[in-house]
Amino acid sequence: MKREIMMRVHSARVYNGGTYGLLKLVPVEGILPGDIEPGQFVQVDVPDCKGAFLRRPISVNFVDYEANELWLLVRAAGKGTRSLIACVEGQQLSVILPLGRGFSMPEKGGRVLLVGGGVGVAPLLYFGKVLKDNGYVPEFALGARSAGDLLMLDEFEKYGPVHVATENGELGTKGFVTQLPAMAEDIAHIACCGPTPMMKAVAKIAKARGINCEVSLENAMACGLGACLCCVEDTDHGRVCVCTEGPVFNINQLKWEL
Amino acid sequence: MGTLSVNIGGLELQNPVLTASGTFGYGEEYEDLMNVNSLGGIIVKGTTLLPREGNPGPRMAETPAGMLNAVGLQNKGVDYFIDHIYPRIAEKFSTEIIVNVAGSTVADYEKVCEKLAPLPRIRAIEVNISCPNVKQGGMAFGTTTAGAAEVTRAVRKAWPKTVIMKLSPNVTSIVDIAKAVEAEGADCVSLINTLMGMAIDVERRRPYLSTITGGLSGPAVKPVAVRMVWQVAKAVGIPVIGLGGIASTRDALEFIMAGATAIQIGTANFIDPSISEKVAKGLAEYCAANGLKSITEIRGII
Ligand SMILES: Cc1cc2nc3c(=O)[nH]c(=O)nc-3n(C[C@H](O)[C@H](O)[C@H](O)COP(=O)(O)OP(=O)(O)OC[C@H]3O[C@@H](n4cnc5c(N)ncnc54)[C@H](O)[C@@H]3O)c2cc1C
Ligand SMILES: Cc1cc2nc3c(=O)[nH]c(=O)nc-3n(C[C@H](O)[C@H](O)[C@H](O)COP(=O)(O)O)c2cc1C
Ligand code: FES
Repeated sequence: MKREIMMRVHSARVYNGGTYGLLKLVPVEGILPGDIEPGQFVQVDVPDCKGAFLRRPISVNFVDYEANELWLLVRAAGKGTRSLIACVEGQQLSVILPLGRGFSMPEKGGRVLLVGGGVGVAPLLYFGKVLKDNGYVPEFALGARSAGDLLMLDEFEKYGPVHVATENGELGTKGFVTQLPAMAEDIAHIACCGPTPMMKAVAKIAKARGINCEVSLENAMACGLGACLCCVEDTDHGRVCVCTEGPVFNINQLKWEL
Repeated sequence: MGTLSVNIGGLELQNPVLTASGTFGYGEEYEDLMNVNSLGGIIVKGTTLLPREGNPGPRMAETPAGMLNAVGLQNKGVDYFIDHIYPRIAEKFSTEIIVNVAGSTVADYEKVCEKLAPLPRIRAIEVNISCPNVKQGGMAFGTTTAGAAEVTRAVRKAWPKTVIMKLSPNVTSIVDIAKAVEAEGADCVSLINTLMGMAIDVERRRPYLSTITGGLSGPAVKPVAVRMVWQVAKAVGIPVIGLGGIASTRDALEFIMAGATAIQIGTANFIDPSISEKVAKGLAEYCAANGLKSITEIRGII
């Protein structure tokens, strides 16, 4: 069930000189809804931001039910996200959650690879935890421009082996995630989130090798509730709202030319 | 009769707050977040004779205090509405359900009305002659007095219950259009639909919207809408429903003082999904605080 709740910034930290921020939010009253799934997103009303008129969609980065915390990992893409990153402890935000359809649980047995690029790694952290809790051994393939853009590696390591690639070669394999040795091995299932060109490159590999593959889309949104029809994507079952039918789609559903 | 009850051309509403077509889905999208039945009514997405895919993405761009949209009347068609959506929402909601009707030809409008007419819970239709996002029909009818009159005449024949004509602000004289639809038997007018606008992404050197131009809504359009409601309310005898940028009780009061009998809330639902319920409560509080027996006491006082 969707809810609008007031949340308080419990802790806020920035990465890479303010290019990214991690907000840990707790409900002002009561406990977090128990039905938040990995790959779902929230709609945040950005406080004190001139020009950010609409809410901003942000993925669920992590849910810590013990600490009653929702984590959001944010990249400064523009005015709204910059204001979010500038939030300080104690600040209150209105958040609508949980929204959309998240990642599906892979079939048991084969290797499960969670592939993230840039801030697209965000939803993979909670998915990794849920997979581990359910007896899977997820592996992470994370890519970024430079070492400073690779976020939360210590957190990812809690839930499975982490393979990294940087475009400038500062850390891990030099190049894109698709060039990681971990990508060349046998894979049964991929969950992917990142810039569209990267997701398309991953989808192309998955398609060629018959790997089951899900991607998380970031179409521009207004309501996030399925009411305005602004966020549509063409799929095998027509033009659908990414905010309700997605943001996670199986690549076979999409009309991407791969 | 409650303090807030109003009559929009034969249809009695428990309060003047409606939700604007295309911004509130079929009400179900918001039911977790608010009490839909606390409203005077909901106006569902533009409904056409045949299913419509709408425009390709991107369909949305944020602008100062507003947004542009280019949805283009995506809907599954009137038959799907009747068979699948209506039974569900008629069961769920006790508030008025108004269908926004759109078409590419006059015959389309007529046929949609004929199909909807037997549904007992649909007691009013809002006729969209003002959508800026479709190539044929839509706004084309709403921008000339002859076109607006022609659609009104046809709809009036096919629809025995309340007819609300939704007017476009993209005209030289909205008063002339309002008079033309009143003369053809419209029970009520609603205004404004979105204002034609455009925004360019200078980094990528291309428009944000796939259709280049789109419809502007939100607080940015409110002063234009208040002005038009005021002008039209003075010029016609039928009730006027005001909308455009309403995001608070004060905004709603502004439209009522300008002459609106009822109001609609659109884009503001995206930011605060329970804003419509809050405005209905706020209007009740305003009446109590100011000793009004009826909200109509302040209607058109300007
Ligand atoms: C489901 C979903 C999940 C997301 N998860 C995350 C997440 O976990 N972390 C995260 O950091 N981000 C996430 N995003 C992306 C995030 O929502 C955007 O970066 C944010 O909305 C940008 O807002 P802003 O105010 O910072 O940028 P703005 O100032 O609004 O714009 C930033 C840039 O985008 C361009 N732009 C603005 N409007 C449009 C438009 N209509 N079409 C194309 N370009 C446009 C501008 O020109 C500018 O260059 C997610 C998006 C979606 C849809
Ligand atoms: C995303 C979106 C979709 C819309 N779809 C319709 C529609 O299908 N039919 C219609 O008559 N108006 C439609 N409108 C216009 C609104 O009903 C309303 O007239 C306009 O947005 C001005 O009100 P607001 O500023 O409160 O949003 C749409 C507006 C938006 C933002
Ligand atoms: S953002 Fe409104 S329908 Fe998806």
